[in-house]
Amino acid sequence: MHLLLDNYQKIPRLVDMRADDDAHAPSPDPVLRLRGVGKDFFGTSVLREIDLDLYPGQVHALVGENGAGKSTLMKVIAGVHRPETGTVELDGAPVSFPTPLDAQHAGVATVFQEFNLLPDRSVAENVYLGREPLRRGTVDRRRLHADTTRLLDDLGLTGITPWTRVGSLSVAQQQVVEIVKAVSYDARIISMDEPTAALADQEVALLYELVRRLRDRGVAILYVSHRLQEIYDLADTITVLKDGNHMLTAPAGEVSPDRLVSTMVGRDFAGFFPDRPADLVPGEVRLALAGSGNTMVDGIDLEVRAGEIVALAGLQGSGRTEIAHGVFGIAPFTRGRMTVDGQPVQVRTPRQGVRHRLALVTEDRKSEGLALGQTVLANARLVLDAVLPRASDRRARAVPGVLTSLDVAASTVAAARDAEVQYLSGGNQQKVVLAKWLVTEPRVIVLDEPTRGIDVGAKRAVYDLMRTLTADGAAVLLISSELPEVVAMADRILVVRDGRIAGELPGGSDETAVMALATGAA
Amino acid sequence: MTRRYHLGSTEIVYLALAGILLVAGVLVAVRGGNLFAQQNVSYMLTQTSLLGFVAIGQTLVVLCRSLDLSVGYVVALCSLVGATTMAGDPSRVWLGVVAALAVAAGVGLVNGLVISGLRVNPFIATLGTGLIIKGFLDTRFKGPEGEVPFGFQTFGYTRIGPVPVSTVVMLLVAAAVFVLLTRTRPGYHMFAVGGNLDVARLSGVRTGRVLVLAHVLCSLCAGVAGLLIAARFGTGNALVYSYGLDLDSIAAVVLGGTLLFGGRGSVVGTVGGVAILAVLDTAFNVLDVNPFFKDVLRGVIIIAAVALYARRQLDPASRRARFTTGGGDAA
Repeated sequence: MHLLLDNYQKIPRLVDMRADDDAHAPSPDPVLRLRGVGKDFFGTSVLREIDLDLYPGQVHALVGENGAGKSTLMKVIAGVHRPETGTVELDGAPVSFPTPLDAQHAGVATVFQEFNLLPDRSVAENVYLGREPLRRGTVDRRRLHADTTRLLDDLGLTGITPWTRVGSLSVAQQQVVEIVKAVSYDARIISMDEPTAALADQEVALLYELVRRLRDRGVAILYVSHRLQEIYDLADTITVLKDGNHMLTAPAGEVSPDRLVSTMVGRDFAGFFPDRPADLVPGEVRLALAGSGNTMVDGIDLEVRAGEIVALAGLQGSGRTEIAHGVFGIAPFTRGRMTVDGQPVQVRTPRQGVRHRLALVTEDRKSEGLALGQTVLANARLVLDAVLPRASDRRARAVPGVLTSLDVAASTVAAARDAEVQYLSGGNQQKVVLAKWLVTEPRVIVLDEPTRGIDVGAKRAVYDLMRTLTADGAAVLLISSELPEVVAMADRILVVRDGRIAGELPGGSDETAVMALATGAA
Repeated sequence: MTRRYHLGSTEIVYLALAGILLVAGVLVAVRGGNLFAQQNVSYMLTQTSLLGFVAIGQTLVVLCRSLDLSVGYVVALCSLVGATTMAGDPSRVWLGVVAALAVAAGVGLVNGLVISGLRVNPFIATLGTGLIIKGFLDTRFKGPEGEVPFGFQTFGYTRIGPVPVSTVVMLLVAAAVFVLLTRTRPGYHMFAVGGNLDVARLSGVRTGRVLVLAHVLCSLCAGVAGLLIAARFGTGNALVYSYGLDLDSIAAVVLGGTLLFGGRGSVVGTVGGVAILAVLDTAFNVLDVNPFFKDVLRGVIIIAAVALYARRQLDPASRRARFTTGGGDAA
């Protein structure tokens, strides 16, 4: 209890009053006030001592790297998560929302990244779902449409009609419908989680317009975004989170983009990463893409040489994973040229990818990397047996050795035959995935977030393995959201933004420079 | 804003029905017959009513992303409950009807509660209740039992011109379900529950109740089908469960354009799907098609229809496309 009192005594953080703009001058009292909010997941604290004030008629941007705690904080406000410590006050009264529905009825609405609409129902049916107006026991469709039309007109949305099927709308319009739904609950606070992440440039204007209208109507808006341009276009106030800590809250006009980026990044990792080999001379080009693209990425040019680690950095959703999927044939490139060891290749399926001795360690090991109910040995042999059976005999004999060399928990032959991978730790599971690919002796190995959710020891093992692979002449393409990892491990860093390569930086570059390219600040 | 005309699933179903009627009509005519003779039309319509009741109910649960495999057993059970309660006494007709429908509603309630409350997969849950009913029927009823008074048998046989009364009743039930789905909150919420359970719940829909209601209504429809069987046979009969009404009803629902994964569909489409199956059945009979070939053709047509619908589904990935497949930026 004394913890809470401590937090109350904290000095409220500075909030800008933007004297030059009387049209939406905030009232002195915040509509939503967070004090000392903390949240743990399985003993790991993901939010610590967060203070946040949202004022009516203001746009408050929440920024931070992937994993900084932005989404968790939004979910605390939305009633999805309940904070372990701290208080949430609405209009000065402490509140606790057991479910998102309760938050919504209290006027606190959230527009999440994944769409929460029914594509097969009309706009009106979606907006008023669960609250359809009735007339003599049946749904009053005339009123349903009239109410929706009024909502849309109020917000100046002319391109959308109430009876349009949501599935036939553009992504931006669907996003707008979600916001309209929030407004229909008389929301006074609307939080938006990267609302422009899925939008094309010209669609962003529609969203800007809507956000400004809502602000002018006195709605308090919490705007989560990675894109600095948007933040400076829209926000009155900016809060930066890093590793679950509150770093900064200041008026948008008083924080320079440089300071913003440098506040978001930077950690002390000295000595954690294996040293870069001093005498590294990259060999032949193993993998080359020229002008490759499909519906998600475009104009991708890259080369990875034998013995080289090239990182694809960028924000989540920027197109990094899509490049990997294109290379490996999961979502093949529809244009451009791809060569492996100088030979032009067409990879239309992952099976063809394996035959060209490419390997992809996927982002989500549980759903894409492992057959969880099967044994370590079965998983380690999966690709061999499925795609390269003729080579299996020789290489299969290597499987136990590979498992042992990776120091997998169940690496003895007997244990590997019995242990189901679902009972292994995250780090050991990841090692099994790696073993599965190592036994195919890949020439190019793509690692998509290889250290996500694994312990420090296993991380170090993955880093060491990457060095071993390159020493043996493989080419490594590393996709990672962890900037320290990117900067320390990669020989060259390609930064992806909005489906294109935004720029290239040498290994060992400053994290700030990478972030600046990724967010468009540079 | 211009609205592009787009063929809906329901329109396609009826176009297909018209096409099949035409082809079947021509084939029969070539053999010197007439598919549209009163006798054939009556047979067709009689076929539609029995499957129609079951498929209308099935539509509701499929819309909710559920399934009911117990309907065949419910039909058999209700035919027996109705016939034995009536026991040949005209004054007990209403009692029999009420008893049969009450039993049906009870089964639906159990199905709905097991699925929504215990979170048992609908496939398994309804298979389980179906097997329980089957066990009861197999041990308790050795053959036809009960007697339906003549008055109630008219439900099975009376015709207005070529149109059986039972078909008219089936169409009335379909109309009622149409109103339920397009004009009432529970109907709207069935689409929501089937479309996305989380979205429905977060919008304040009481998803459990909706699911239970759909299952109760589904079983009630099967109960009416059971009464129709009793009226036609004059007695109740346990062996009715071997008619394959469970799978046929699902086939009719899917043929009618309702998504097997819920959230999209219509009862009008289902009636079309039922009609397609009835026309096929009649045409095969008139043409005297080999029974094996008949089943093969039915299977092929059902698979082809679903493949056709699947192609019409939007590829979810393409909705997030940043660039066009041709090259360069998306406009």
